[in-house]
Amino acid sequence: MSAKAMQRKSMAPWNFINRHALTILAVLLLVVIPLSLESFRLGLAAKYLSFGFCAVGIVLIWGYGGILSLGQGVFFGLGSYMMAMFLKLEAAANADSSSSTALSAFFGQAGLPDFMAWNSVEKLPWWWEPFHYVGFTIPAILIIPALVAFVLAYVNFRKRVGPVYFSIITLALAGIMAIVIIGQQGYTGGINGITDFKTFMGMDLDQDRAKVIMYYVTAVLLLLTVIIGRFILKSRLGKVLVAIRDREDRVRFSGYDPAMFKAFVFSVAALFSAIGGAMFSLQVGLASPSLVGIVPSIEMVIYAAVGGRLSLIGAVYGTLVVSYAKTFFSENFVQYWLYFIGLLFIVVVMFLPGGLASLMEKLRLGKKQAETLKTPVGKNLETGSQ
Amino acid sequence: MSTEILSVSDLTVSFDGFKAVDNLSLFVEKDELRCVIGPNGAGKTTLLDMICGKTKPSSGSIKFKGNELTKTTEYKITRAGVGRKFQTPSVYEDLTVWENLELSYPKQRGIAAALFFKSTPEINERVNQVAQEMYLKDELDTKAGTLSHGQKQWLEIGMLLMQEPELLLLDEPVAGMSARERDLTAELLNRISKGRSIILIEHDMEFVRKIAHRVTVLHQGKVLSEGSMDQVQNDPKVIETYLGL
Repeated sequence: MSAKAMQRKSMAPWNFINRHALTILAVLLLVVIPLSLESFRLGLAAKYLSFGFCAVGIVLIWGYGGILSLGQGVFFGLGSYMMAMFLKLEAAANADSSSSTALSAFFGQAGLPDFMAWNSVEKLPWWWEPFHYVGFTIPAILIIPALVAFVLAYVNFRKRVGPVYFSIITLALAGIMAIVIIGQQGYTGGINGITDFKTFMGMDLDQDRAKVIMYYVTAVLLLLTVIIGRFILKSRLGKVLVAIRDREDRVRFSGYDPAMFKAFVFSVAALFSAIGGAMFSLQVGLASPSLVGIVPSIEMVIYAAVGGRLSLIGAVYGTLVVSYAKTFFSENFVQYWLYFIGLLFIVVVMFLPGGLASLMEKLRLGKKQAETLKTPVGKNLETGSQ
Repeated sequence: MSTEILSVSDLTVSFDGFKAVDNLSLFVEKDELRCVIGPNGAGKTTLLDMICGKTKPSSGSIKFKGNELTKTTEYKITRAGVGRKFQTPSVYEDLTVWENLELSYPKQRGIAAALFFKSTPEINERVNQVAQEMYLKDELDTKAGTLSHGQKQWLEIGMLLMQEPELLLLDEPVAGMSARERDLTAELLNRISKGRSIILIEHDMEFVRKIAHRVTVLHQGKVLSEGSMDQVQNDPKVIETYLGL
């Protein structure tokens, strides 16, 4: 046996893992986690996975498109709030029909969410009305955030707003959205968010069986986003994205409109985030401004960075690892959590710029070859594209 | 009707009051290989930048096959059939040579088309053929970032050929090339100039002599002289200001 063949053999398990990464992730999400965790911990895993949608989107836009969005929480929040609005209206209707007509008479209009009554909003605002219907809510979750993202990105990129400025714009949006939600308490539930709903189309969300079903729905949808992401990256569009990341100016002279491509991928990432947000509301029973603002948005970027910003699958692992670390730390050393996550980010950027996924590559190819595969990570981190 | 493919008339651009190109007119015929020479700062690169849409002129007009270009964006000008080669090699370094070439194929440039793009035998053949012509046949799977300087220059010319432009704008394509690479490139340009027009900026007079049909000399944003290489070299104005021959 030649030395080369020997070496290949010694790398075999890593090659195997690399080739079947998606299958392994599927087995982990669909078999290992559900079988090994009891109901409470499974709910926790499901909650983390709903952030995974954002991280997968961030790999697409940041890793491949060179757009560092610090505002994915906005789209996560849109999805989360729209789902919560539907659930809340269902809960309000149930509360009215089941008991205490006297109370609801006291609180005003029938079927009004409780927090509105508390804030002396007497009539359901018109823009809440369509969320009575699941047939509106689900398409809205799939369309509105993606549309908002597309228009926002296209307008900016057409004007050739630079990557750093775009990052700041997204950051500002995340801040603004949280402030608006908190400020409009009567319509949005304010700082408490929208909560206290228990059924989705009659299904009791608190039951273990519902939790397991929701977990599987989330896991399957997440795997689906990874597959869609892979499809995009493998297509010509994915190559154009990489080209834009490296030399946006040149891409125009290859006859492409970079603004269109960037806006498209940005809206795909927004769509993913919104789906994650909707699944979050269903499973955690909450839509909260604390998941919309700047801090959660940046945490999402950290998930992607830790997992490996060039790896869709890595993003899912990154989300799970960082989230579990967060839970562990916040259960044991509450006040140090933020320091820890800051440190983690610095360590990853400095010593492992390709994240966990690049660690995997190193093991698979040996150190030298992995070096040559490395993309110019530092350059993108600072400026997004150039 | 003339056979002009490009007509630039009264073109002016000023940067903070400095007129980089000043009331310049230039006409390029179909199938012509035009060389533009001139000292540094004469406005050569700026002229190409304006033709391909990278810089917007302050006034004047650029017509390509009768269509005004000054109001259009870069990618539309490219789609209309103008290809631009930059002075420093501009290739997509994280993509392979094959991907660089395939990406330049002038179809399926929209979002949906790019998403569902399928390579056809026709495209594959074209990529292979261009790679062959550009002496890059053995580098198809190499990342463009690891090519040598000369190879990058060729790759960029190859990417332009993939676009099948009717007008090629080449900014110092042999800069930084070895003597052998220069000869190969001259040969290459003579070959690819068949059936298309080329505007070429170059400093190397030997190289210009080898390939140019007609030569335009720019000086301080204006056309100083125009004609064959011999005419231009014997023009007293040119001798005085630039060539010093």
